[in-house]
Amino acid sequence: MTNTPLTPGVVAGRLDTGQLAANFADMAPPLGVHEARVAADRCYFCYDAPCVTACPTAIDIPLFIRQISTGTTEAAARTIFAQNILGGTCARVCPTENLCEGSCVRETAEGKPVEIGALQRFATDTLMAANTHPFTRAPASGRKVAVVGAGPAGLAAAHRLAMFGHTVALYDAKPKAGGLNEYGLAAYKVPDGFAQSEVAWLMQIGGISVVHGWALGRDGNLDDLRAAHDAVFLGMGLAGVNALGIAGEQLDQVLPATDFIREVRQASDLARLPVGRDVVVIGGGMTAVDAAVQAKLLGAETATIVYRRDLAQMPASRHEQDHATASGVKIITNATPVAIHGAGAVREVEFAYTTPGAKGLEVTSQTFRLKTDQLFTAIGQALGETPSGLTLDGRKIAVTGPGRTSLPNVWAGGDCAAGGDDLTVTAVAEGRDAAMDIHASLMGA
Amino acid sequence: MADLSTSFVGIKSPNPFWLASAPPTDKAYNVVRAYKAGWGGVVWKTLGEDGPPVVNVNGPRYGAVWGADRRLLGLNNIELITDRPLEVNLREIKQVKRDWKDRALVVSLMVPCTEDAWKAILKRVEETEADGIELNFGCPHGMAERGMGSAVGQVPEYIEMVTRWCKENTRMPVIVKLTPNIADIRKPAEAALRGGADAVSLINTINSITSVDLDLFAPEPTLDGKGTHGGYCGPAVKPISLNMVAEIARNPETRNLPISGIGGVTTWRDAAEFMALGAGNVQVCTAVMTYGFKIVEEMISGLSQYLDGKNMALPDLVRRAVPNVTDWQYLNLNYVTKAVINQDDCIKCGRCYAACEDTSHQAIDMSAERVFTIKEEECVACNLCVDVCPVENCITMRELAPGEVDKRTGKPVAPYANWTTHPNNPSVSAAE
Ligand SMILES: Cc1cc2nc3c(=O)[nH]c(=O)nc-3n(C[C@H](O)[C@H](O)[C@H](O)COP(=O)(O)OP(=O)(O)OC[C@H]3O[C@@H](n4cnc5c(N)ncnc54)[C@H](O)[C@@H]3O)c2cc1C
Ligand SMILES: Cc1cc2nc3c(=O)[nH]c(=O)nc-3n(C[C@H](O)[C@H](O)[C@H](O)COP(=O)(O)O)c2cc1C
Ligand code: SF4
Repeated sequence: MTNTPLTPGVVAGRLDTGQLAANFADMAPPLGVHEARVAADRCYFCYDAPCVTACPTAIDIPLFIRQISTGTTEAAARTIFAQNILGGTCARVCPTENLCEGSCVRETAEGKPVEIGALQRFATDTLMAANTHPFTRAPASGRKVAVVGAGPAGLAAAHRLAMFGHTVALYDAKPKAGGLNEYGLAAYKVPDGFAQSEVAWLMQIGGISVVHGWALGRDGNLDDLRAAHDAVFLGMGLAGVNALGIAGEQLDQVLPATDFIREVRQASDLARLPVGRDVVVIGGGMTAVDAAVQAKLLGAETATIVYRRDLAQMPASRHEQDHATASGVKIITNATPVAIHGAGAVREVEFAYTTPGAKGLEVTSQTFRLKTDQLFTAIGQALGETPSGLTLDGRKIAVTGPGRTSLPNVWAGGDCAAGGDDLTVTAVAEGRDAAMDIHASLMGA
Repeated sequence: MADLSTSFVGIKSPNPFWLASAPPTDKAYNVVRAYKAGWGGVVWKTLGEDGPPVVNVNGPRYGAVWGADRRLLGLNNIELITDRPLEVNLREIKQVKRDWKDRALVVSLMVPCTEDAWKAILKRVEETEADGIELNFGCPHGMAERGMGSAVGQVPEYIEMVTRWCKENTRMPVIVKLTPNIADIRKPAEAALRGGADAVSLINTINSITSVDLDLFAPEPTLDGKGTHGGYCGPAVKPISLNMVAEIARNPETRNLPISGIGGVTTWRDAAEFMALGAGNVQVCTAVMTYGFKIVEEMISGLSQYLDGKNMALPDLVRRAVPNVTDWQYLNLNYVTKAVINQDDCIKCGRCYAACEDTSHQAIDMSAERVFTIKEEECVACNLCVDVCPVENCITMRELAPGEVDKRTGKPVAPYANWTTHPNNPSVSAAE
């Protein structure tokens, strides 16, 4: 090994392969049978349980936990998948502290919720390891539906539609299906190619044909899709990124955090993935945390998140903030970038401190500079090119009810649609609900 | 620290905690360690007559019932009496008693139903200078088929006869251990008393099958594809035992007969409850088989703290609750309570709601914000909500003061009246 965390610039191989493998291993190893039994025993089987209300896909959590505790884990998995076909990914990546576990009555009682996420993973892993698919497809309906985007929203919609017997054409611009499950989520949350095995497992339902490398707008337009299908579901996510709009943004090694994360996820050999010695991430959400943590895990000497407001307002949850700092990431708050300095590549980023003012954030004259070899921006993703004719709500596709857009026979869900949090589980819920509505409209008509 | 020393039928021990006759008391090695741990006395594992010892199965001998977190709530066993030679047991008993004079050592016995058999064993036990004997009329499996154990304990005449033989042939105090596998526990207790017993101890184990192996389709524990009923014990049997102890303690014929309480005693609190219902001491088996001898430390400290807190001496506790055990017909039907939910303690699980709603009373209201409140006009005061609530004391029962209107009936709380004078009681109107 020639490079170390102290090697200047942006270089690969700062850590040896053993260390890299350890750093990117499963961050929350699965529960064993005994651990699962003990964890399941803590569930009170609440009436109209708050955890179910808190789950965007409304999984019947007390029921599946009771099924685990009575030794029928496969039945538990079926309970989960009936509501959330990507229950496996959600079990790994959901911010449960804000969702089911955050509303667990044992969180109220003892500050220690039932480990719902880990139990969900235990159940879904058990069924998926057997490589059986829990659902069968209804007889073919003769209806055709186009689904654009094979992320969580599109996959959930496609699966539900296929289950009802409809024929689904699933289009995605990327070479692999999964959306951000494949290209976005932190590597240590979904290791071992989980996203692809989950997609393959999901496809066992049948009736879904996937068209890879097909981009709406580039390779076809919405009107053609509408003409060729009985209904269209749009689940394109947010293909664009927001720009900082400050001097120096064009310098080398200034890039969207999502690009870096995608490279981490797609790297066949992490030892060959370059990373800066001093990495700075601008933003305060899950993407900022994931970029900074993974830079650190790749061997950056320093990784610093700079967020313009205070910790309490940071979109990344307390749990994620703790995960970042425990991984060696430094978090600087109340500072906003004003200029990026460098020649060719970035050398320094200049920040000004902010204070909350009457009309929002005010930038003070106090500035500081951070030595930077690599700057990642994580200040939000935006809708990519959007078909004309669709009404927008703010910067997203406007929808009413279960994903109905302003165009007849066009539904939308997931990150690209207005409403709901930008989370995997929310995308699944919206895809599923739109599919139910599509089915009702196709069959009722 | 309260004085816990007791004298049970003249047998002295530093505390009322004895080990019941069972595997923890089957050899000197165990009994000595039990004494060292602090146990006040032991009843040695049941001895049989001289000759080749009984044999035990060589496969699993226990079945179990668990609660949350795999806490052992009930244990069942198909073990027999001691499978060690009589001579070895007697030699060890003698040595242990010589070394531990301040502790109680009672020897449990089970021999065939002939006076000669009992005479022979009594003589040999006396030589050990043990403090007393316990007649095992309780074992429900294995020995009963051979005309011993519960086969004797289920026939009051046999109990009386064997007890009398023992009283006539030994100076040692005789404790008769009763089987719960009988309809009315007072009958065997009365028989023991007639035979001259110094005390009864109860309960021995309850006939049971704990579970069925759903692959082998056989009861558990399963040996070579078959299983048999075994004796049930542990926390699950405590309520059954408490009732039987109370029945004997309040039965006019047996009210003065000393009782050694057994069955599910696991903590100092269980022991105190047994004593309040009439037991002079308690015996423990499953709790020690589960957690080891050390639990006696908690039992000693707990009972002492309780007695000190109540400013009571141990004898004040014994039988303290017996006068308050009555028959249903004498309960005050004009005593009215209502459930109250402490909103600060409520964790909003809704278990009270599910229980009350689906148990025919529908007396709990649930708001959209998951606030649970009692509808006093519906609450029958059954306290099921208290029992299913995971937070202790979150739901309590409020006593209505005399004169206060019960919103359910619309009537003010009246003075004491019971079923014997209730207008709906057919025998009341018949008498008029
Ligand atoms: C770095 C990062 C980390 C995250 N971590 C978490 C986490 O830990 N937990 C969590 O719950 N959420 C997390 N999220 C959010 C979560 O990944 C998204 O909310 C979720 O993936 C949205 O699903 P979707 O199906 O709407 O969109 P996407 O997952 O973005 O999928 C959209 C799909 O559409 C395709 N597409 C886009 N444009 C076109 C087009 N024109 N034609 C055809 N196909 C197109 C894309 O290739 C992609 O496959 C994270 C997001 C990011 C960026
Ligand atoms: C494995 C086992 C063996 C037992 N053997 C005897 C015995 O030999 N003689 C006897 O009188 N009771 C025997 N018992 C019954 C116990 O002494 C006791 O009465 C019963 O277990 C109830 O008490 P517990 O709930 O504390 O266990 C045995 C119990 C168990 C679990
Ligand atoms: S005491 Fe019984 S009837 Fe009253 S609220 Fe509780 S469960 Fe319902």
